Formats: sequence, C-alpha cells, structure tokens
Amino acid sequence: MAFADTSSGAEPAPAARRPAMPETRIDRRFAALRTEGRAALVTFITAGDPDPETTAALLAGLPQAGADVIELGMPFSDPMADGPAIQASSQRALRGGQTMARTLDLVRGFRARDDETPIVLMGYYNPIYVYPVPDFLRDAREAGVDGLIVVDVPPEEDEEICLPALEAGLNFIRLATPTTDDARLPAILANTSGFLYYVSITGITGTAAPDVDAVHGEVARIRRACDLPIAVGFGVRTPDQARAIAKGADGVVVGSALVSAIAESLDAQGRAGARTVPAVLDLVRGLAEAVRGG
Amino acid sequence: MAEQAEAESAGAAGAGSTSPEPNSYRTGPDEGGHFGIHGGRFVAETLMPLILDLERAWEDARADPAFQAELDDLLTHYGGRPSPLYFAERLTEHLGGAKIYFKRDELNHTGSHKINNCLGQIQLARRMGKRRIIAETGAGQHGVAVATVAARFGLPCVIYMGATDIDRQKPNVFRMRLLGAEVKPVTSGTGTLKDAMNEALRDWVSHVAETFYIIGTVAGPHPYPAMVRDFQSVIGREVREQMLEREGRLPDTLVACIGGGSNAMGLFHPFLDEEGIAIFGVEAAGKGLETGEHCASLNGGKPGVLHGNRTYLLQNEDGQILDGHSISAGLDYPGIGPEHAWLKETGRVNYVAVTDAEALEAFQLCTRLEGIIPALEPAHALAHVMKLAPTLPRDHLLVMNMCGRGDKDVFAVAGHLGMEIG
Repeated sequence: MAFADTSSGAEPAPAARRPAMPETRIDRRFAALRTEGRAALVTFITAGDPDPETTAALLAGLPQAGADVIELGMPFSDPMADGPAIQASSQRALRGGQTMARTLDLVRGFRARDDETPIVLMGYYNPIYVYPVPDFLRDAREAGVDGLIVVDVPPEEDEEICLPALEAGLNFIRLATPTTDDARLPAILANTSGFLYYVSITGITGTAAPDVDAVHGEVARIRRACDLPIAVGFGVRTPDQARAIAKGADGVVVGSALVSAIAESLDAQGRAGARTVPAVLDLVRGLAEAVRGG
Repeated sequence: MAEQAEAESAGAAGAGSTSPEPNSYRTGPDEGGHFGIHGGRFVAETLMPLILDLERAWEDARADPAFQAELDDLLTHYGGRPSPLYFAERLTEHLGGAKIYFKRDELNHTGSHKINNCLGQIQLARRMGKRRIIAETGAGQHGVAVATVAARFGLPCVIYMGATDIDRQKPNVFRMRLLGAEVKPVTSGTGTLKDAMNEALRDWVSHVAETFYIIGTVAGPHPYPAMVRDFQSVIGREVREQMLEREGRLPDTLVACIGGGSNAMGLFHPFLDEEGIAIFGVEAAGKGLETGEHCASLNGGKPGVLHGNRTYLLQNEDGQILDGHSISAGLDYPGIGPEHAWLKETGRVNYVAVTDAEALEAFQLCTRLEGIIPALEPAHALAHVMKLAPTLPRDHLLVMNMCGRGDKDVFAVAGHLGMEIG
C-alpha cells in the first residue's frame, strides 16, 4: 500500500530501540536540581551572533549568571519554527560567517574551562545532514556537546539522527506541543532523553505569552506518562513569567528575550559593543533569581 | 482514480532507491512518504498531528467516489478541463523534426495548471472542516489559483509572497487582492519564494486548528508531494487519451519545465512505466549553470532537507540554503519535489537545464509562430524542445506541457527585450 495506515494516530517507536546511554551532564544537572528542589534555567543564544567572540564571552559568563543548562543555536538560513527575534539572530550569525565547525569550536572553548554545565545544540537538520551525520555526532561529542534539539526531525524520522545520536552518547531532546495529544505522546517520549521540552504556545518562538495555568495542566498530564525532567519554553520572556512557569516545571527556557537583548545592544553597523555581554548576563541574573524563587 | 488504485496495489517499490530498476516507477511513496531516500516528513512537532490528520483525510477522500465526482465536475465546469492537445504545426515545420503537440493547460481557468491542484485541495479542506486557507506563492500563479478557489467557496485566505516577488509580479498581486485574498509581503530571509514558504509554515504552526495550507507544488512533507501529484496527474491521463484518439498510439517524448515540479509530475506520472517513452524535465539554468546564478536544483544542487522533505537543494557547503536566480519567478525555488529527485537517481527521467536567454528566445518564437504567448516557465520547456525536435524523425510524437500563459510576463519580457509598453 502506498499510504500507511496511521489510524492509531501515532507510530510509536518501540522503547526497546533506545540504545542504552551513559549518564550525561544533562542527567546529572537535573538530578542535582531535583535534590535542590528547584527548576533549571535554560538559556538560548545563537552561536556566532553577532560574532564568535561575543558568543564565547557569553558562554563563559552564563553559568555564573545563573544558567543551569545552555542551549546553543546552530544558525540556519531558513528557521521555520522561529519567530522574528531568533530569525534575525540566525541571520546576524550567518552574515558574520558562522559555520558548524565554528559552532563546535565555541563548545570546545567553553568545555576547556567548564566541565559541568550541559550544552545542548539546537537547530535544524540540514546543516547536520550535509556535515554529514556520523562526523557531526563524533565531532559534537568530542567538543563536549551533551544533547541535541533538531526541531524539524519528528519521531517518524528517528533513524535519521535521533537513534544515531543516542548511540553516540548524546541526549536527543524532543519537543512536545499543545497539539501533542495522549495518542501522540508515546511516539514523542519513546526515544527522548535528557529532558523533554514542552512548547508552551501553539506557534513560533518568542511570539506569544504562555497561559501559565494551561501550561501547568499540560506539564502535569505529560508527567504522568514520562519520568524525564520537563522544561518549558517558546514564549517566556520576563522574570515574572519564568517564576510562574518554574512552579510547575523542571526547567524554564528563555531564548528570544536574550537574543533581543543582543540585538538592542548592537551599534548601527550591527557590531557588538561593551554593553552587549553585560546586557544579556544581567537579564539572565534576573531570570535566574526568579526561577530560584527570588 | 483508477490509476491511483493501481499504483497502490502494486506495492511500495518506491522505497527501493538502492535498486536501480524498480518493477514500477509509479508505486511511491512508501508509507513514510519516501521516494528512495527523498521525501519524508521533516516538520516541527506542532505540525506532525496535522500532517497525520491530512494524510488520513486524503486517503479517505481518494477512496471516496463522491469526492472524485465532485472534483471532476469542478474541473470540467469551473476549471475548463479537459484542456486541448494541440498540434503545433508551424513550430513543427520550423524545427523540421518531431511532431510537436502542446498540452494546453494555459487555457485553464486562472491561466495555468495550478487550478487542478487548488480545486482538489480546497475540496479536501472543506471535507476536513477547515475554515481558513493559507498558501505561498512565487510568481503569483499559485496564489491567484488559491485566491480563486477560496473566493469560489467563501473561505478567508492569506497568501504569503516574498517582497521581492511582489515587486516583479504586480498584476498577480492585484488579481489576488481583487479576489479577496490578503497578500502578506514576506521580508524575512531574502524575501523570495522559499521565505514565503517558511512564513506560511510559521502561520500554520500558529493557527493549527482552523487552517488548511494549500501547498502549490509536489514538495513539502508527506502527503503533499503524492497528493499534489495525484491532483495534477489529470494532465497526463488526458494526454494519454487524447493522443490515442489523435494518433492511435502513445507519445514518444514528454517535455515539461520544473520549478518545484508539479506540472511535470502531472504530465509524467501516468507514463513513467511506459518504457519506450523518453521523458525530459527542464530546469532553469538562469544565467548559466557555471555562473552559480540558476535554479537548477537537480543539475546544480545536492541532497538536503528543507520545507518538510529531503530532496536536491541549492545550498552552500555548510548546508545554508542559497537563493536561486531565474528570469521566471515561477521556477525560482532552491528545491524540487522529492519524486523528481528519485526519478533523477533512478535515471528514468532526464533532467536538463535551459538559460534565461534560451527561454526568452523560445518565448518569442512560440508567440510569432503559433500565436500563443507562453508563460516564461513553459518557455523553458519549449527551449529544450527547440534543441530536441530537430534531432528526431518526423513521425516522432513529442508532447510539451504548455502549463501557463504569458500575460503575466509581458512586462518583464518587455524589460528584458528593451521594449517599452504603451
């Protein structure tokens, strides 16, 4: 038959396919925070936005400012799940000549001085596909990457990168969304590891404010089917939102607000200035305080 | 839909990219939407439940005789089908070789083959209870066809169009607005068709419950490539009947232009298993393949993943998507339908490329010899016919898909020829 019978509503990958994985920095970090009894602050910036030196300085400062997990965006020319702020950040990085090799160099540089803070690379599949996948996984692991979020590779395409990543010892973090119903959820969870990323809005990054009660309800629903930590993101911008979301989640992801702070600090030529790094880190400190119950 | 049923029962040989000679070229895609390594479903999770819903709804509709009957009625009385198969006598004499026929899809309502697909998809949207239509457009032909069917069925409609394309295709922008569509200029990225598609996907993610996305070509996540192909295959099915009636046998050669590749898949698909038929897909070589300024994904790109499917893409060595260039806005897309990518790799279809200058020459020749002003897109197919026909014997039957009319292009052509209008 040319078309599959998908009347079950999902094609869950059998859990047995999940390769046994050693513990990663992500597992250790969430376990430690669970003991501490608080949610993680997960911060997103784009690698090379607007230049690699700025990213390196931001990476170096983020843990001290209160970031528990760092998501580093792999810039892509066509980021179709992202809103204007992250689109612009991706464009700035590409204009600055950012490549996948340079992105991995940034991780390597960070890892030389910090062996604790987890780094998750986040982006789209094509730059990984052409790298190609086996070399990318090897180089990413060697550079000190802990996990991957590849937004345009759903469970239906698990053979592409999810399963190879797990075999290479990298967590593959999947997104669950408001459109993920109970029939679909097992497919999402089957090969997810590290943490689950709950997308708090039906939309693209940074474009709407999440409805906190609805998000908490959804997180509670997913938690019944899943023993992984659940981090919430896509619309969280302010410390107040972060504080509210953190009450019912294991992590809060902030991205668009940070890259917007980068954008606002640039000069007319789009170059980073003395204010760029402090502006972002100040914002992170405020968010961290809120997430920690301040 | 007899042919689709036939394709279904023949099994999923489409998955066998490693096998260079499948038993049939008409059985793909496999259940994951793959044509060999191409195709698939590479979309954000928010869209996955919708894609699966759409697939179920499409399977259900294609098995429903009432759906097909209603669509056939619309194609006949609203779309103007069947389109004629016309013997281009003077062009044949001029080129002095193969007997050239045009499949006159430019005579359809809205002036191109795009209406075939739009009527099918809007019927599906209504069947699924969707209340809002979105689409992307490059040259505006698909946008006009979508705006037309949305008007016909009273559904609100938003068309995403690159700001650059809005500038070059003003008449079509006005037509869409007259038809009641909201045309949203896209300035993100490079402001062309690929960015319009990104923006349409972003809209879809943000309005999942009520929105139906009418993709205009045989690309995107499964089931779009197969679904659009099936809606467009009416072209090839008619050619088969018309040629048998006219000449008592099937054609020897088929030629069609390719941007995303929907008019070409529509013509080719019913003939893929006829071994004796030579098939040519014509890409836009722009200023020349060697200049890098072209839209020939198959001849000048490499496999990658974009807009929901794996296929050949124009991209740099780091996997960043490049902008194409073509005199024809309708061919100006950095990718191509995944089934074409597979047909290239199996060798079943020959993919060639034609430059802006060659297309412009063909445009003028056709206009003068046949009294038919072709769109710049099929002018590319015609330019290849001009190379091919003289090398073939006089009893050789060649069919070219005249997939759109050139009214929309007269301003652009005047500019290229240094002529003034009015």
